[in-house]
Amino acid sequence: MQKEAAIREPLILGHKTYHDITEDVCRPIEDKAPKMWYILFGIALIVGLYGVGCILYLLGTGVGVWGLNKTIGWAWDITNFVWWVGIGHAGTLISAVLLLFRQKWRMAINRSAEAMTIFAVFMAGLFPLIHMGRLWVGYWVLPIPNQFGSLWVNFNSPLLWDVFAISTYLSVSLVFWYIGLIPDFATIRDRAKKPVAKKMYSILSFGWSGRAKHWNRFEMVSLVLAGLATPLVFSVHSIVSFDFATSVIPGWHTTIFPPYFVAGAVFSGFAMVQTLLLIMRKAMSLEAYIHTKHVEYMNIVIMVTGSIVGTAYITELFISWYSGVEYEAYAFLNRATGPYWWAYFAMMTCNVISPQLMWFRKLRRSLLFTFFISIVVNIGMWFERYVIIMTSLHRDYLPSSWSMHYPSPIDIGVYIGTIGLFFTFFLLFARFFPVLALNEIKSILKGSGQSYKESPDYHKNH
Amino acid sequence: MANKVIYVMYDDDGVLKDGAKKLVSKGIKIADAFSPFPIHGIDPIIGVKNTRLGIMAFIYGLTGLTLATVGMRYFMIVDWPMNIGGKPNFTYLDNILSFIPITFEFTVLCAAHGMAITYLLKNRTLPGMPAQNPDPRTTDDKFVLEIRTADNSIDEKELDELIKDTGYIEIDKKNI
Repeated sequence: MQKEAAIREPLILGHKTYHDITEDVCRPIEDKAPKMWYILFGIALIVGLYGVGCILYLLGTGVGVWGLNKTIGWAWDITNFVWWVGIGHAGTLISAVLLLFRQKWRMAINRSAEAMTIFAVFMAGLFPLIHMGRLWVGYWVLPIPNQFGSLWVNFNSPLLWDVFAISTYLSVSLVFWYIGLIPDFATIRDRAKKPVAKKMYSILSFGWSGRAKHWNRFEMVSLVLAGLATPLVFSVHSIVSFDFATSVIPGWHTTIFPPYFVAGAVFSGFAMVQTLLLIMRKAMSLEAYIHTKHVEYMNIVIMVTGSIVGTAYITELFISWYSGVEYEAYAFLNRATGPYWWAYFAMMTCNVISPQLMWFRKLRRSLLFTFFISIVVNIGMWFERYVIIMTSLHRDYLPSSWSMHYPSPIDIGVYIGTIGLFFTFFLLFARFFPVLALNEIKSILKGSGQSYKESPDYHKNH
Repeated sequence: MANKVIYVMYDDDGVLKDGAKKLVSKGIKIADAFSPFPIHGIDPIIGVKNTRLGIMAFIYGLTGLTLATVGMRYFMIVDWPMNIGGKPNFTYLDNILSFIPITFEFTVLCAAHGMAITYLLKNRTLPGMPAQNPDPRTTDDKFVLEIRTADNSIDEKELDELIKDTGYIEIDKKNI
């Protein structure tokens, strides 16, 4: 057991025992779902199904149903893809990077943040798949021996790098998440009274028994997977940024993209974690485990990554002038003053100004304010991708090709639909899965629990 | 005398660790420990060796690295060299910069999945496997030491005496 400084705020409030932790996390799963859950689930499902309907219409009719034109061949589709992948980054950052840094506050939020990652990457993966138009030949992106002769995918292309990056990221996150879930499923299995639930959790828990040797392996696997996932998470969004950075479009062709995209991804991901957890802690009465200190830590991450993003915007702007390349200079001038100025303005306000408010301790410890900012940041980060993609494309090298993009109802429907599907998955997760990492929380109870920290022999024994 | 397995239950990880230390110092061999979360420092006491899964992950990673390198060399250099924007494609080394992202991703893919699969197989934790913990409470808040009489030459009565000193809350004996 590790000791920590007495002045450090406890991570688990109240006088909890190991059994209390099990009770607090398992009760929402075992009890009947509250009415609110059914209402939210119903709304999310309807919106999600509407999105599925739009996708089916798209597949049946063709990509022409999107508001694309000869100049703007990439629009909402790729914007949404990058937005969702970005949101996914927070989960891995919390569970992998913070594990390597031995940040114990991650333990209250890693499980649901990872779930968020996986669902967000599902949503992201949907966009490149449906934009193929012919979904059923999607497997052509893999280097599979085929009847077309020596026809291989192009390994020089960043789009193919993306295929490998996203699929590796999704599958490794899924495995990392599930390996942590196994012992917690075992806890639910051993408590379950209803035969169906017992059977289900028994299958899900893989017969986990908690032997010393198994825990020894468990810790090694968690550590190595964290070590692998850390460079992975940085590489994924770098590769996503290569989709743009390796092309010769003014506004995209910049070396600053990889770090700037990764920071933006973490920024938006943490905002989404805040949005979800602030509701979840209340709805599932987990206030003792996810409290103001956790929110404050996350707000600090938002502030830091938001500042990196802000610096990147300004650097980009400066370099476009300093480079002396007139196309590049025009692209940025057009961003700020052209027909899409309102999107640029939204991006700047939401992403550069709003995180700076977190310098105030009062604001970053206010839950209501945090919730508000988390929504603002997510809107801002969607606009960031929209600005980068749209303003760079809509002014072609030839002024005769200049154009505007207006989203079609299908564009909007697919996007809104993915939000619905995302919440459908997340609500199912919150209903049937242990939303806190039980085994990890228990292991920090004696080191960071309030009642233990306040007891007189906390600093004597051990 | 029938061989017995004794399950000694504690309600605190610290007490279990001290108890295990005491028993081991008296020469008792402890077969296993069951706990709801990893008890740090129990492994050397009861003689659980550190896992070698990390080495396996490294080997899987190297396998992925090799496969990706060999594969991309074959696809892009040997079988059908493509001239894309005049990028050099005569040798693997000429084109290596384009291959780095996928080489990295594939290395991670193989290392992570190889390790996870090995972990599940070694643990014998697979979908549908029956639970082996002696008491359902060991996944909640109880901690159990497993001692087998077959491992210990000491008389059972004497063993009971020793266990009594460790502050357990329940004891359970089963003939095997």
